[in-house]
Amino acid sequence: MPKRLQKDLEKIKKQILSLGAMAEERIRMAIKAIETWDAGLAEEIIRRDYEIDEREIEVEEECLKILALHQPVAVDLRFLIAVIKINSELERIGDEAVNIAHRVENISKRRKLELSFDFSVMAEKAATMLRLSLDALVNLDLALAFKVLTLDDEVDLMHREIYDRIKEVMSQNPDYVGYLINLYTTSRHLERVGDHSTNIAEEVIYLIEGEIIRHGAKLEALQAGEPGAK
Amino acid sequence: MEAKAQVDLDTTETIYHPKRGEGGTILDIERFCLWYGHAQALFNNTLNIERGLVTALIGPSGCGKSTLLRSLNRMNDLIAGLSVSGRIVFEGKNIYDLDLDVIGLRKRMGMVFQKPNPFPMSIADNVTYPLKVDHVTDRRVLEETREQALKSAALWDEVKDRLKDNALGLSGGQQQRLCIARAIAADPDFLLMDEPCSALDPLATTKIEDLITELRGRYTIIIVTHNMQQAARVSDNTAFLYLGRLIEYGETNDVFTRPKLKQTEDYITGRFG
Repeated sequence: MPKRLQKDLEKIKKQILSLGAMAEERIRMAIKAIETWDAGLAEEIIRRDYEIDEREIEVEEECLKILALHQPVAVDLRFLIAVIKINSELERIGDEAVNIAHRVENISKRRKLELSFDFSVMAEKAATMLRLSLDALVNLDLALAFKVLTLDDEVDLMHREIYDRIKEVMSQNPDYVGYLINLYTTSRHLERVGDHSTNIAEEVIYLIEGEIIRHGAKLEALQAGEPGAK
Repeated sequence: MEAKAQVDLDTTETIYHPKRGEGGTILDIERFCLWYGHAQALFNNTLNIERGLVTALIGPSGCGKSTLLRSLNRMNDLIAGLSVSGRIVFEGKNIYDLDLDVIGLRKRMGMVFQKPNPFPMSIADNVTYPLKVDHVTDRRVLEETREQALKSAALWDEVKDRLKDNALGLSGGQQQRLCIARAIAADPDFLLMDEPCSALDPLATTKIEDLITELRGRYTIIIVTHNMQQAARVSDNTAFLYLGRLIEYGETNDVFTRPKLKQTEDYITGRFG
């Protein structure tokens, strides 16, 4: 393998992992902001989003440079394509953290409703999905990538439960419609973090297997042959 | 990375996943072996060439890809001490049968070499040379064939006003397209190309590659190339040879995105070879 390509691929791997760590940190901050309704923390998340945006552009430019200079094929090509797509997912996860921060800012301005909505389990699960999808990328671990897909169903279910609960509370507390919509949207953003993490896991599966499993295509066949998926 | 199968050259079977053409198979290579004296250069190569498709032969230097290509029109016959076993079946007949008309076979297989080799004569005469060898004298047939062959080789517009000029005055890329035109003029079934672009600049290379794409379907094209990107761009199927063995023969898109064998992946990604 040309040394230059090897060096460039190693560099890009470090860059994408660093961006992944940054996105994970922002989600953790957002979760903390939900738990504490800390407007200051929310403001920090919003203010620092540019850092993720800049990193995303750096990674994309580096990928384009490698494609143009080395015209990689096979596993190297799959790696670069996966990185380009994961890069975009990580940036979107950063945006979800910002969206949650906006919801926290809105909610923290109002008197808290004496009804508990515990996002902690759902938030923890979404953050775990992100961490596992990044671990799957680092270790090229197929079983772990499949595990992320399973966890997404659990997060979706929790989001539906929160929706039902909020609908119920809304009918009893018409003064709090705006507040409750903010809570619902928070749940929606956490659910989207799960979706983006799923997309990352799907890209890892593509990188390892060379099979595109998005939209359910070939997923069952792959899972059938993958013990970790059962 | 995923554990890809390693190849034990003595025991492992070739992996096959080629694209099948609508025209079916045109050439069956069956357990073909070749020796230069005592040195074996090809080991039990078995593959079907699909009619009308472009097949690329790739592999490190000395892997036998040019030897295999030259075996198809029996150009290796001229090498002293050469022996073969196995069969190469074209139209139901083994081309190594003793009673085969070798000249007739070579007429069916136009050959284009690494270095353009126009004859030292006019552009027009170069193209019609195969017809003249066949004693075609009808001027109208010669002119029509000449124009048609030059158009097919995407050279007509560049040379139509100087057909009487010496072919050696053309640029390298034009000379190579002239050689393709000369091959086409003989109305072959195959175009065998041995590194046809390695002596050309990127622009001339692009023209040859475009031409290969244009000629695909009308001719069965087999191309030997060291340029991985070229194999990926122009071919339908790719055969990867290593140390005289056919390792993997598959649809080009798959070979270059998700090859089945580690050896193939290592070679095309430049990790060895």
